[in-house]
Amino acid sequence: MNATIRWGLVLLMAGLLAACAQPKRDLTEAERQAMEVAAAEAEAAERARREAEARGLGVDRDLRVDPLDDPQSPLAERLVYFDFDRDTVRSEFIPMLEAHSRYLSQNPGARLRLEGHTDERGTREYNLALGERRAQAVRRIMNLNGARDTQLDVVSYGEEMPVAFTQTEESWARNRRVELVYDVRR
Amino acid sequence: MKRRSLQVWLLGLLLLAVGPASAVLEVTVTEGVTGAIPVAVTPFVWEGPGSASEDVGQIVGANLVRSGLFDVIARERLPQAPDGPDGFLSERWAAVGAEYLVIGRMRPEEDRVLIEFHVFDVLANQRLGGFRIPVPAEMLRRGAHRVSDIVYEQITGDKGAFSARIAYVGVVGQGDERRFTLEVADSDGANPRTLFRSNQPIMSPEWAPDARDLVYVSFENRRSEVFRHNVETGARSRLAGFSGINSAPTWSPDGKRLALSLSRDGTPNIYVMDLQSGDLTQVTRSNSIDTEPAWSPDGEVLYFTSDRAGSPQIYQMRLPSGPAQRLTFEGSSAGAATVSPDGKSLVYVQGGEGGLRLARLDLETRRVTLLTRGRYDKSPSFAPNGSMIIYSTTDRGRGILGSVSRDGRVHQRLAARLGEVREPAWSPL
Repeated sequence: MNATIRWGLVLLMAGLLAACAQPKRDLTEAERQAMEVAAAEAEAAERARREAEARGLGVDRDLRVDPLDDPQSPLAERLVYFDFDRDTVRSEFIPMLEAHSRYLSQNPGARLRLEGHTDERGTREYNLALGERRAQAVRRIMNLNGARDTQLDVVSYGEEMPVAFTQTEESWARNRRVELVYDVRR
Repeated sequence: MKRRSLQVWLLGLLLLAVGPASAVLEVTVTEGVTGAIPVAVTPFVWEGPGSASEDVGQIVGANLVRSGLFDVIARERLPQAPDGPDGFLSERWAAVGAEYLVIGRMRPEEDRVLIEFHVFDVLANQRLGGFRIPVPAEMLRRGAHRVSDIVYEQITGDKGAFSARIAYVGVVGQGDERRFTLEVADSDGANPRTLFRSNQPIMSPEWAPDARDLVYVSFENRRSEVFRHNVETGARSRLAGFSGINSAPTWSPDGKRLALSLSRDGTPNIYVMDLQSGDLTQVTRSNSIDTEPAWSPDGEVLYFTSDRAGSPQIYQMRLPSGPAQRLTFEGSSAGAATVSPDGKSLVYVQGGEGGLRLARLDLETRRVTLLTRGRYDKSPSFAPNGSMIIYSTTDRGRGILGSVSRDGRVHQRLAARLGEVREPAWSPL
């Protein structure tokens, strides 16, 4: 049991209370089940806390969230998008890359794979090279911000692994990306 | 040959639902030429017990129509076929509008079939040639393609390419469920055979000059690597797995070397690998993207794509280390050049407002002709006789193959019944 779940619980209970406060609204089956699960988890968390206290462990350290799993952290962002036929990292992605670089410098054992991708507009082998250039551009920024070269692996898939399949500007924009994938987390 | 005054017309005809259930590609001629030469092809008589495993006459007729140069007269309109070359009466064939006639018969001999056929020029009232070709009984369809090659050459004076094969990449499923295959099929899409399967992408298949091996890029180890794969034995080995990308392999005309693009030193450059020793020679040294090498037929020149001037364009370089000279100036980009078998022209992908289309560059006059009008026309590959170019295109977002005659007048599509197909490579003969 960790703090995320705890906070989630509090929010969930608050939400359910709010829902209950609304007149004439019956709970759905799913909501009822969610409440039961939440109650059971709260009980388990409380038990774990008491056991930890009994063993003399610091509660705080035990409940620390892995920052990679914290949806509030910039580390939750793992995608960098690019303009057509460009490998320039746009400024909006710099804070996120700085955060990942900081994480890597604080966790020397962690390893990050940078997967470069392109849209389908271009010849396939050129796109394979373009995907690599995008991933390398991301690597350079992370190097400058403290990530070691040995922590970063560059891979290109070119246009071979699209995530959006329509032939529209919107799909192409989603496909022109570098994905940050942690192979080793710490 | 007597090539007619040609005008593009729409045929819009589903030509072949290519026989057996194993066939994955369906061929449609979408544009042919007016003035296509009318040819009569009689059913090939089976002189043995039971019946023939393939309708050879039908396969030959369908091949001729697919070339776009011929119009094959419907069987029910044909007069009674003569038993042999001596029974030929030109008036009977002229009466149904035939300008050429092909008659044939087949005789089983142990584990072989002997195909005998004759080609007549109806208007000139003469026999152009008679041929006997033995084929293994289980390869009768191959035999029919061979017959088609000979008929094509007898009438046009140019070599046929029907017995060449095509390799291509097949994709089924979406997202994490996508599966990739490397397929080899007859030139009409029949007899497809899966050479290699992967749940990771497969790219860039290219044939060895002896048509026995393929090279291609596979991501089976989660990165691009170059593999060699024997089509007959299935023997397979990794040729390039350096750090960075390993891509765009293409065999030298003498079969001894491989040109490819490697980024082992940071940026993709063109290298030549000696296949015997494995030694690498670096050909280009730029900080730009240099990729998609293609050999001239004499093996002296490499054409390649580079974005050294900003946008990707095609360059040529005399080996081993001449200066790079830019060849393309039209459109916003150019790449993926393939060289005609006579070495006189390049067909490549031109990028522009309308999308990606195939264009032909005459290397002597430097004139550029647009060949296709699609939006995603890529990965061109010349037929070994230079008559057609096969390529990847899309139909309502789905990847299919297209082919276009060298002059841009005859268009066909080859679509998979299931999933997508792309990156075709026409084998040498």
